Amino acid sequence: MSEASEEKKDAPASNGAPAPAAAPAPAPAAAPVPAAVGAPAAAPAPAAAAPKPAPKPAKAPLPDPVLNRKNGRLLEDRFATWPQPIFDSKWQRPSYRQGAVMLAGIFVGLAVLGIAVGELSKWADLFYHWLGSPLPKFLLFGAPGFWQLSPLAVDAIWIAIKVLIVLHVILINGLWSIWWERKISAHIQSRVGPTYAGSPKGMNWHGWAQTAIDGIKLLLKEDITPVAADGPVHALAPAIVVIPCVIAFAPVLFGKELAAASLDIGTLYIFAFAGITVFGVVMAGWGSGNKYSLLGGLRAAAQIVSYELPRGFSVVPVLMFAGSLDLSVIVKAQAGYWGGIIPRWFVFYPVVGQIAFAIFLIASIAETNRVPFDIPEAESELVGGFHTEYSGMKWSIFFLTEYGYVLLGSFLLATFFLGGGSSPINLPPFTLIPSWLWMLGKAMLMMFTFLWVRWTLPRFRVDQLMDFCWKFLLPWSFANVVVAGVYLALWLK
Amino acid sequence: MNNATAAPIDNETVGGVQTDQMFINMGPQHPSTHGVLRIGLTVEGEVIVKAIPDIGYLHRGTEKLAEVRNFHHCVVLTDRWDYVSAMPNNLVFCLSAEKLMGLKIPPRADALRVIMCELNRVASHLLFFGTYGIDTGAFTPFLYAFREREMVLDLFEMLCGARLTYNYIRLGGVMIDTTPEWLTRLKEFVEYFKPRLDEYDTLLSFNPIFMARTKNVGCLTAAEAVNWGLSGPNLRASGVDYDVRKHDPYCGYENYAFEVPLGENGSCWDRYFCRVREMRQSIKIIEQALSKLPEGPTMAMGVAKIPKPAPGEAYAHVEASRGELGIYLVSDGGISPFRMHVRAPSFVNLAMLQEKLVGMKVADVIAVLGSIDIVLGEVDR
Repeated sequence: MSEASEEKKDAPASNGAPAPAAAPAPAPAAAPVPAAVGAPAAAPAPAAAAPKPAPKPAKAPLPDPVLNRKNGRLLEDRFATWPQPIFDSKWQRPSYRQGAVMLAGIFVGLAVLGIAVGELSKWADLFYHWLGSPLPKFLLFGAPGFWQLSPLAVDAIWIAIKVLIVLHVILINGLWSIWWERKISAHIQSRVGPTYAGSPKGMNWHGWAQTAIDGIKLLLKEDITPVAADGPVHALAPAIVVIPCVIAFAPVLFGKELAAASLDIGTLYIFAFAGITVFGVVMAGWGSGNKYSLLGGLRAAAQIVSYELPRGFSVVPVLMFAGSLDLSVIVKAQAGYWGGIIPRWFVFYPVVGQIAFAIFLIASIAETNRVPFDIPEAESELVGGFHTEYSGMKWSIFFLTEYGYVLLGSFLLATFFLGGGSSPINLPPFTLIPSWLWMLGKAMLMMFTFLWVRWTLPRFRVDQLMDFCWKFLLPWSFANVVVAGVYLALWLK
Repeated sequence: MNNATAAPIDNETVGGVQTDQMFINMGPQHPSTHGVLRIGLTVEGEVIVKAIPDIGYLHRGTEKLAEVRNFHHCVVLTDRWDYVSAMPNNLVFCLSAEKLMGLKIPPRADALRVIMCELNRVASHLLFFGTYGIDTGAFTPFLYAFREREMVLDLFEMLCGARLTYNYIRLGGVMIDTTPEWLTRLKEFVEYFKPRLDEYDTLLSFNPIFMARTKNVGCLTAAEAVNWGLSGPNLRASGVDYDVRKHDPYCGYENYAFEVPLGENGSCWDRYFCRVREMRQSIKIIEQALSKLPEGPTMAMGVAKIPKPAPGEAYAHVEASRGELGIYLVSDGGISPFRMHVRAPSFVNLAMLQEKLVGMKVADVIAVLGSIDIVLGEVDR
């Protein structure tokens, strides 16, 4: 094409050259011809005649989007997005090195911060005693004099503070874990995930504000109740889903002696309240007036009830070894190191510990309705399952709960099997780090496992899911209890 | 699978409880029906009692439209059938029209046609690979597949300016010759893509959950597959060795060495894995075609601007990404075809759903539907 246009451009120039030469020749002979009148005038200035045959200036050749042989514009733009060359070693990749340095910086910074702050339970005790001292009443009520708050009032304020903290653990967990899941899933899928939200112009702060902005969007969205829905049931379902999740967090240990409520039956309490959520899911499925929702709700009921059994029985060895249902006692039973090196965590108890850990992890994933056990909301089969007909904040409450249960499962895994707040390495720099930081780190590691599994595996079918639970997990968790009994009788005195 | 045991249609009483069957409208707006297919499912709990595929939501009447277009314009219509792999559509129309006109295609054009069709097969099977992962609940393979599919589409865009509806294969040859840069890019892609196929196998093909979901699900015996008129990977998954590229070669396919992957028992996994292995064979064909790409023109001499083939009829068929795609073309000597009939593989492959879905779980509907890899643009035309 470009050759053709060049020819066109050349054409006027080649025609123009003989024109001045030809013009003077007929001029003397044919004077009356009007055309020739101009010719003598033009004859002295051949340059003036040149523009005449070319009235239109030569058009610049259009950039051809199809085949740009000349500058290869399309070629370069397009192929800039092709995947980068594969490096022999990951460390040759600059982003990999930078990321490693950044991660190391974050870990060291957190450790230093943790060592500086120390145990949170100490600070909590200090605060509790300060509440009982004369000053707070003056600050709170402006009462004259230095009267102390009554012990009952101190406890009431203290409990209210703890409830608020636990509530905010779940809310902040929603913000954090959704962002984290988006980033992890993106990097698993060779994407980058959110990069824009919350970043100053020209900088990349890794989209830290993405979840907050999504939350604002969800709040502003229209709340739709379908005509076919059973109104009250439809509206009540998200509440029934989320409330037990918040309540179940009461005895969860966040560090050494750091729990909202110290309960002797902590384990049982958590399982009992976590089980109530399924009512909300079934209500959502039934109340939506949608057949997909109904199927999803029924699937959820069957699944969650089934998986509670292996989940409960996989913890039984832990309870047998610790001799208590109290989470802090379970953590204390894992204190110490075998030979001063290997921590006495239940996950390191040969065979029993690992099987129990695996079953509890699998059952926890199933309890939270996540891939590969997400059949109640199976997107490709049931559109959205039980939350198909929910929108806006009601919908996001289901997700808040899901991530709440992921966090609960992570903390339980860390408490039951990973020694709670104890350091994995029996050496000074690690043992100085306070227990709440270890606890958080272990829980986050477990949460990463949840996300990792979520974005790698396909989904089970309903009957396979049930087979896996009743024919595989449950018998093995029973066998595990028996082996734990043998351990207790022969090994652990 | 107990496909043969269909539950009774009437309501029944189980343990004193009156149970009711439920009718579910799967589609036309459903994330997994791959377009606007609608399946009327009657379910008993999770088990399908009756399934009625309903098509026609994307009917545009291209067969009729062809009767008022001239032959060059008809090529544009073909792009819109199977929009996921439009090159074989272009090709099959051109082959049948060229038969009518008696055109002789230059060897370079033939080689380019082969390269483009095989590239498009790779792109189409990549889409299948990704969406089948989503159908079975794994989201990550989708993005892996699209990373590579984008590269194929970039190659197409560079050569013919379009990413979806190419109109690249024209009567008498191809639209435009390649550039050296393009051939370099294609070689780059081929080298990049080969190890990716092993990655796919590790990620999805041999995943135990995926195999549990798809192996021994929706099995079709060889006889059943032939009787339902299946073609392409769906037929070969049942063990029937039939590939138009081998059995009725066109565009010089007889000059390339490649294998036809066969399955064992025609299960969803076999259909899936046939396609994954076909990608490997396509890459093999592209490599061979690149190594012996002949020089010369890419368009036959004497293609009329408005062709008027002599009265007659012609049938051409190619191995498109989804099976045997055929066009029956009748000319009455005018400027447009008197009649064009399309044998669309997706449409024929779809027919077996009605019988095979009965007795399955709801989740299997998606697995089977995904595994036969239909494109509704081709079903409805």
